[in-house]
Formats: sequence, structure tokens, C-alpha cells
Amino acid sequence: MPVSDYDPTSLPDLLPLYYRRLFPFSPYYRWLNYGGVTKNYFQNREFSFTLRDDIYVRYQSFSNQSELEKEMQKMNPYKIDIGAVYSHRPNQHNTVKSGSFQALEKELVFDIDMTDYDDVRSCCSAADICSKCWTLMTIAIRILDRALREDFGFRHCLWVYSGRRGVHCWVCDPAARKLSVAARSAVAEYLSLVKGGEETVKKVQLSDPIHPFIKESLMVVERYFSQYALAGQDILSNKESVDKVLALDLVAYFQSEKNPTKRWERLKSLVHQKRTSSKKATHADKEIMLQYCYPRLDVNVSKGVNHLLKSPFSVHPKTGRISVPIDLRELDQFDPFQVPTISLICEELDRPRSTEEEAEETKENEKDAGEKRKIRDYKRTSLAKYVKLFDSFVEGLERSRKGELLKKSDLQKEF
Amino acid sequence: MQANLFQGRRVSCFRRFQAHNMQFTKRKKAIGNYQAELYGHCLQFYGQPPVENISLSEFETFAVERLKLLKTVENLGVSYVKTSEQYKKKMEVEISSLNFPYRTEVDDRKPLTGPTEYEKRRKDHISHFILRLAYCQTEDLRRWFIQQEMDLFRYRFTDLPSKFKSDFLHRNNLHYDTISSEEKENLMDKLVHSTFTVSGTTVVEQDFYKVPFQDALDLVRTRKVFLKGGYAYIPHQDIVTIVLNDFRTRLSKALALTARSLPAVQSDERLQPLLSHLSHAYVGQDYSIQKNVGKISLEQIDPLSAKSFPLCMRQLHKALRENHHLRHGGRMQYGLFLKGIGLTLDQALQFWRAEFVKGKVDADKFDKAYAYSIRHMFGKEGKRTDYTPYSCMKVILSNPPSQGDYHGCPFRHSDPELLKQKLQSFKISPAGINQILELVKGMHYQLACQKYFELTHGIEDSGFSLNHPNQYFVESQRLLTGGKEVKREADTPRGGQGVPANKGADAPLDKPANPAQAAAEVTEDLDSLFQDD
Repeated sequence: MPVSDYDPTSLPDLLPLYYRRLFPFSPYYRWLNYGGVTKNYFQNREFSFTLRDDIYVRYQSFSNQSELEKEMQKMNPYKIDIGAVYSHRPNQHNTVKSGSFQALEKELVFDIDMTDYDDVRSCCSAADICSKCWTLMTIAIRILDRALREDFGFRHCLWVYSGRRGVHCWVCDPAARKLSVAARSAVAEYLSLVKGGEETVKKVQLSDPIHPFIKESLMVVERYFSQYALAGQDILSNKESVDKVLALDLVAYFQSEKNPTKRWERLKSLVHQKRTSSKKATHADKEIMLQYCYPRLDVNVSKGVNHLLKSPFSVHPKTGRISVPIDLRELDQFDPFQVPTISLICEELDRPRSTEEEAEETKENEKDAGEKRKIRDYKRTSLAKYVKLFDSFVEGLERSRKGELLKKSDLQKEF
Repeated sequence: MQANLFQGRRVSCFRRFQAHNMQFTKRKKAIGNYQAELYGHCLQFYGQPPVENISLSEFETFAVERLKLLKTVENLGVSYVKTSEQYKKKMEVEISSLNFPYRTEVDDRKPLTGPTEYEKRRKDHISHFILRLAYCQTEDLRRWFIQQEMDLFRYRFTDLPSKFKSDFLHRNNLHYDTISSEEKENLMDKLVHSTFTVSGTTVVEQDFYKVPFQDALDLVRTRKVFLKGGYAYIPHQDIVTIVLNDFRTRLSKALALTARSLPAVQSDERLQPLLSHLSHAYVGQDYSIQKNVGKISLEQIDPLSAKSFPLCMRQLHKALRENHHLRHGGRMQYGLFLKGIGLTLDQALQFWRAEFVKGKVDADKFDKAYAYSIRHMFGKEGKRTDYTPYSCMKVILSNPPSQGDYHGCPFRHSDPELLKQKLQSFKISPAGINQILELVKGMHYQLACQKYFELTHGIEDSGFSLNHPNQYFVESQRLLTGGKEVKREADTPRGGQGVPANKGADAPLDKPANPAQAAAEVTEDLDSLFQDD
């Protein structure tokens, strides 16, 4: 049996090992503590654990890193969710007067789930994904990451693979964490183009002028469209799927052409003709591209300050895959099926060490054990590169925090 | 000051506001002077609370008239597009007929009839502050009040000639950063493409303001503004957005402060009943008080859904029966509606469980993952809020459905073509369908629903103004059963939903073998059958 094969029944045996020797507590704590700038920022943060048999424990909170470690190693959660920073310690929420216990801050988060694309992908449905439809997630990340940075001016966006069929984004800038519910929903709506439920067929409607944000997004979609939609999903080959495309707009009709790429060209030129002939512009080709490829956000997750979202480095209990950060510099190469499973990395721990590692170990043995040993442990597994990536994300946060502090003290001196 | 409370019938409930404006109470100005300063502009930012004493009857009249105005604002906002000419015209008519100020110039001569412009401005000012007292108490009230006041302000500000706009900004110390002409030049293309009415030349002519995007959420939400690096670039023509944002921020802070000092005002036994009466007047019934708890049996839901449910609920019910599942938005909208028509918590749990276990969810998973949220709806978990069923406004405006969702308002959130097919399948006449689609096209979703009500109930004029799904149900039942309680009945006369025959044992008419027992209700059924078609 290949090492990466994961068996859900083995989870109770693997989790203690994972939390004891592999979970990156140190950067994880540094991340959520945000330099301790705001009082009790970490202490008032809600964690919630899903335990065996779907037992769900909300409002967990911890005083410091070691308490978090101890608790996680004791409870061995199947899944960890992160909630808001509250006005009081969440584990004491019952002791404060109702109404005064309130969610104050949280990262601005986005949740994109492949199931929301079921009407436009033909390769898989529901919880299944394959490398073909994964392109949708790549497109989503490219579009949203650009907009969050360039349009909204955020700099610290952590993209994470959810472990199964989607991706999450954590925007960690101080301004993002302080956004009101109204502001969060406005951002999410700005970013949403595909609208309507089961009772709507045509879900994208463009009108003139086309907003710069949509233009930028279209440029991303265009890069992937022919390879993904025309070749990968074959949206213009068989009759059924062609009808579906044309149901969106009845402008196009192609008789003899069989080649999907040429069919698409024909459709585009038809739209173009129509556009030049009539005063009212039509954007049918763009609308089709967007309906098939534009990211579909779960707006409700982004809206609520108190909404919970699965934590990075949590395990997905069904697939065993670790929720790992995604490196945007290598986004096109990211393959969800290459993401390590808990069984893989636990097995990697047991492999005999190379002599190089041994040498390094004797060197390190001279220093203090504890924390060092854990670092060494994950470094021997496929988790290493993801922890490194996470580390550099946290460092980036710390650097700009220091920059801000410097700016502040400079300003003070001026007075 | 204290003496005033007993002197005749005069009130000085605004002392609370004055605490934040000490210099105003100390400096007693001549009324004329004070008016000129306070009422020099036709539009108020409501920064200064009134300091004069007014009679109880004026207090009440002012409050009631402003409430009327705000109700009108709400109704117009639902019936018309807020930027349309019709909306503006209607607003103007309503404001002037309720004697609120709408002229920019003050005419000192006393008009032949009605109050002077100054008197109107005074009323605008004082009545706003009275309603603050009545509407500061709960989150819901505050939200409603802020929304209507904002709509009113938006209309009035937008309607001002530009000289008066700048005058208003100046008087209220509102300054916003503009961008340089070089920056404008560089961003020209993007600025032009971000707004509907801006062209190259107007970009050059107009000032553009650069504000944090958080201060222009309405433009951000609708993507009607250019965003760069966290800043929104707002053309002068849209400056109302920023001003409005300021207006909202201040009003919402002020309401929070008012709420804190409310107990003192409420201790005045003349005001307390008046204020609470005012605040209850705002949305009519909220359908949370269930007179008919436990009067509905689960097996009645299928027939009722075809006869007396509004289309949104009928759609949700059908989706639930077909998919044995509803996503969160649907469960909330439908679950609270069912609670509103009288389902008890136990019934609700039984109802949802029975349906979900037919699908992918087993009883165990249901109890773990879904039962909580149903108890939550009934105020048995978490904050223990007893949630109220959603109104049409809420269904139409908040949380629009996305992939996999069946909630929302079918008139608002369906493709016209699909809506048409659906209406056809309900055997609605082509003429009726056209009428409904016309209303939908004009964005009169509630009127469309009301038309649907009239067509399905075979009446000319329903004689009520629809604003709540539960109201639809109550009105429908009133028509079908002649005002009697929801009755227990045998089978739906139409049987459209394919009602299962094996119903629970508690409904007496489930045994058609026993006609004598059921005789009385059968006549009722016939009645409703005739009324139905």
C-alpha cells in the first residue's frame, strides 16, 4: 500500500502524533497573537474543535501558546476552526452578561467551494474534484488576490487549501481585521459577479461601462478559458452542453463547425457583429466566460465577524490532507492531490534518517531540546515546505507591524 | 428646568441630549437668533438637539407626522427605484403635504395657509429628535430608523442645487480630500469606466474625492466607483455617498448614546407610553407573537403550501420535499415562517428530521448538525433570541440566493422566463401572468406577489398591503376559512403536491370512513374549494 493512502479509521491513532510532533505551534501562535499589540488578542480568540463522532465544542480559548499546545494534545481535535476575537474570553462567555459578549475583530475571510460550481463543471460533482476543475480554484485565487491587493490595498493574504474541495483566504491586515459586517459584505459583493440560485439560468449580467475590476478579472479568465472550458470541460462539444451555453444567450448559432475552439471564435464574432450593429452593447461572450469561470464566493462566510472557518494546518478528516498554505508564486503548479496526508507525514517521521540529518542532529543536541526537536521533526516530512511558507507569511506580518511602529514613533518625535 | 415638567403640559425631554452640548444650554439665545443659526439651511445634519420646551400635544403631533413621513419613505423605497424621477416626484409631494421643509429659500411672510418655512424646519428638527428617543431601544428599531432617515436625507441632499450643497458642507464642517489633476490624468481611463455617467470631459471638470473605501460602501458594493489601494475615488456628483456615510455614522453613535440615557426619559410617565407606542408603529405586526401555536398539524403543511403559502414558501417547501434538504438560508426563511404560522418546536424538529432523513442525512447526523439550529430559531439555544419570521423586505434585500439555494423572493430572484413557466404550471391565466411580469419588470416585487395572491384566490382587490409572507398566509386563511382558525382538514382539494395518505393519527378527518364526524368541516372545505378557484 502506498504511503499516501489514507484510511479515516486510522485518524485517532495519527492525531496524537501529529499534534505532539508536527503541528507548527510556534508560527501558528505568532500569527494569531499579532505581536500582542492589542491586549488579549490571542486570549480572546475563539477556537472550536470537532472531536470524534462529530462532537462539536465551541468557545475554546487559551491564555498562551503552551496552553494551546497542551489542550490540543489532550483533545486531539479532528478539525480545528478559528472564530473571532471577542470582548471577553470565549471560554468564559457564559459568565458575562448576555449582550456584552461580542465579536470584535476577525480576519477578512473567503471561502470558495467547488460544489458551488456544479452547474458549470462536467468532470465531477459535489465533493469530488480533479485536476481539470481545479483550474477554477487557480482562477479564483488569481482574480481575488489581485483585487484584494490592488483594489483594496491589503497586503497580507494567506491562501490555504481547505483539505478537500476548495480554498480559503485569510486577509490579515489590521484594517481588514477591523472591518464591520457592512464593510465585509460590501467587499464580498464587490467581488461577486455570479448571482442567482437554482431559479436563475443566466447568472452574470454585464452593463456598460465595464468596471476596471471586471476587466482585470476577464483578463485572468481569458488566460485559462480555452484550455480549461473549451478543451478541459468541453462546453462546446456535445449538444447538451452547447445548449446550456446558448441558453445563456441566444445570439449564437453554429451549424457546420465541429471544433470547439473555432465554435467559440464564431460565437465571439457573432457577439461582436451584434455589438457593432446595435447601439446597446452586448457582452454575451464575456458573460459566458464569467459564468463558467468566475470565482463563486460563499458571501455569508465573509460577511459575519463571528463566522468560523477551518484553521490552516487542520486535518481534513475525510481525506486526511492537511490544510496547507498555497504558494502563489507556484500557483499553476499547485496540485491538491500532492498535498501531504496525515498518514504520509506520520510515516515519514518513522523513516530512518540520513547521515546528513544525523550530523545535524548531534549539532543541535547541544542546544536545548523541546522546541528544537519539533522543528527538526516536521523538517523531515513533506510538511516542511508548507511550514516554511507559513513562517515567511508570519514574518511578513511582523515586518510591516514593526514598520508601522517605527512610523508611529517617528511621528511622535516630530511633535 | 425641573419645574417645567409640572408647568402646564410642557416637556423638556431633550435635556438628555443637552448633556453633550453644554454651551448651548448655558448660552440662552434669543429665539430669533437661534432660529436663524439653526434653521438657516433647509437641510439639517441634526448635530444640535433642540433646547426649547414644547407642549405635549405638539410633541405627539410632531412625532406622529415624522413617523408618517418615514413610513412613506419606506413604502416609496420599495415601490420605486430610488434614483428614478417617479420616486423624486412622489417624495416631493409627500414631504410638502406633511408640511416638512422642502424649499431652499426662506420666505418670511406668513403663508395664507399652513406653517411658515421656519416652522417646518423647526418641526423637521424637533421631530427627528423625538423619534430618536422612540427608536433607540433595540437593534431592529435603530436599523429601521437609520435606514429611513438615510433615504430621506439622500433624497433631500441630492435634490439641492449645487450652491446649497456646498453651503451645507461648509456649515457642517465637512471636508473631504480631493485628488490632483495629474493623478486624475493618470487614472482617467479607469475613472471614466468606473461610473455610469462620467465621461472624459466631466472627469476633468469635476473634483474627485479620495476616501478610504470603508466610507463609501454603497458605491463599493455596487461597483460604481474606482478603487485603488484601499481608497475609493469619488466624483463630485456622488459626494452624497460620503456625506451619507458621515450621516449614518453620527446617527448610529447618537442613537447608542441616547439609548444609554433613555431610562431617565422613560421615568416620565407622560412620555413612556407615547414613546413605546411610537416604536411599535413602525412595521406593523412582526408575526412573532403566535396566536395559533400548535393549531397546525404537520400533515396540513402539504395542502396549505399549495393554497395559502406565498410563492417563496411554496418554492422552499417543494425544494425541501424533492431534495430532502435545504441549505441554511432556506432553512432560516422557511423555518421561521413555519414557526410564524404556528408550528411548535417539537413539531418543527419532527418535520425537519422526517424530511432530512429521507435524504443523505441520518437521524443521528440530523440531531447533531441541524437540530441545534432549529432550537436556536425558537430561542432555545445561544443568545436565546426568539427570532421573528422574515418580512418581505428582508427576503428581498438581504442574503440573495446563490448556487444550490431556493430561498429569496421568487419575484425578485428568478429569471422572468422561469417565473413565467412556474406561474403557467399553477394555471394562472396568461393575462394574469403578464400583469405579474410587468410588475416584476418595474421592480414592484411585493405588488407582484399581491397580484399573485389575488389571482390565486380569485378576488379583484385583496384590500391589504402585503409586506410579510406570514401576512400572506393569514390573509389567505382568512379568505379561505372565513376568518376561522386554520382548520384541520382531510385532503387538499387540489392534491397538487401529492399528499401522502398515511398521515398522523391526530387529524380527525384522516379517516374518511367516518363521515358523520367530519360533516361540519366538509362544508367548510367545499366553501374554500369554491373560493379557491
